[in-house]
Amino acid sequence: MVGASLWLTGTVVSAESATPSGRILMVDVPGWPGNLAGQHLDLRLTAEDGYQAVRSYSIASVGSATTIELAVDELPDGEVSPYLVRDVQPGDQLEVRGPLGGYFVWRETQPEPVQLIAGGSGVVPLMAMSRAHHRTGSTAPFRLLYSVRTPENAYFTDELAGFESDSFRLDWVYTRSAPEGWPAAPGRLMRDTLEAAAIPAEQQPTVYVCGPTGFVEAASRLLLDLGHEEARVRTERFGGY
Amino acid sequence: MARLTDGSEFVRVDGNAIAGPLSELLSADMTMAVVTCAPCGSGSVLATAVVELDPAGFIVLCPSCRHTLFTVVKTGNRMTLDVQGMTDLSVTV
Repeated sequence: MVGASLWLTGTVVSAESATPSGRILMVDVPGWPGNLAGQHLDLRLTAEDGYQAVRSYSIASVGSATTIELAVDELPDGEVSPYLVRDVQPGDQLEVRGPLGGYFVWRETQPEPVQLIAGGSGVVPLMAMSRAHHRTGSTAPFRLLYSVRTPENAYFTDELAGFESDSFRLDWVYTRSAPEGWPAAPGRLMRDTLEAAAIPAEQQPTVYVCGPTGFVEAASRLLLDLGHEEARVRTERFGGY
Repeated sequence: MARLTDGSEFVRVDGNAIAGPLSELLSADMTMAVVTCAPCGSGSVLATAVVELDPAGFIVLCPSCRHTLFTVVKTGNRMTLDVQGMTDLSVTV
C-alpha cells in the first residue's frame, strides 16, 4: 500500500454510454500499480477556480494493467458523477489515488464458494471478482445475484452472460420492469428470492454485497436471517437512499 | 542504554526515531485495521464501521453501539484526527 496517498494523473481513453444513467470509462494511469479484484480508488476533480471534489469509485478491471475501467452512475445531486457521466471526453485528465482497500477483495487463492450480490452499479467490484474468477480458471463456485431497475440499467450484461458455466451462475432481480415473459413480477429483493437464488448458508459461502446503502442493509439483514454468519458477509455501501 | 526495574533495556531518543516504525502503522491498509470502541469495548474491522462523510471530514461510528470511534476534520491544509472514542487501533504488518 505504499504510495497509496499519491495522486496519479490519468487520461480518459474512452467514455461509453452503458445504461440510461451511466457510462463506462477507461482511464490510462501511468504508474498505476495494478489492483486486486474488489478494490477501489479515489478520484479527484479540480475546477478552474481550484475547488476540488473527491469521490470513491470501485474498479471493474483487475490485474496489472495500467488502463483501468470504471462504471459510473449519475447521482441526481452529485458533484462529480454528472461530470463523469455527461461531460468527460477521451483525452481529458483526472487524478486518481489507489488502489485502496483490502477488506472487500476476492483473491484467487480463496477456495470457498462465493455469493455476489449487486444492487445497480454496485456490480462494479463484483465484476472485477467475476473477471478474476473467470480469468484464473478458479473452480470455486461463484454465483452472482444482480438487482437492477430494468434490463437496460444493467452493466456488463453480455460479458456476465459469457461467464455462465458450472462454476459461475448468474441470477437477475428486476425491481421496476422485467423482460417480457420473465417469471417473476418486478419488485425489491425479497427473502424468498434470495433463498432461491443464493448459495445456501450451509455451504458457508463468503458473501460480497455492494450497492446503495439501503440495498446493502436490506440484503445483509436477509442474509443473516437465512443463517449466513456475519463474519462471512462482506459489504460495501456507496451511499444513496 | 537505560535499564527498567525488571532488567530490560531501552534507549531514550526522540520522536524522530519513530518515523520509520510509525509509517508502517499509518500507511497500512486501514480497511482491515481493527479498532476497539472505548464505550462498549468491542473490536471491529474498520471496513465494517458506520461512516458519515461530509465536505469537512468524516465521523466513524462503532458498528456495535454506534458511539463515535474517531473523527477526521480538514481545515485549510490541516487534517485533525480525534480519537476520543477508541482505545486502540491495530494493523497487520
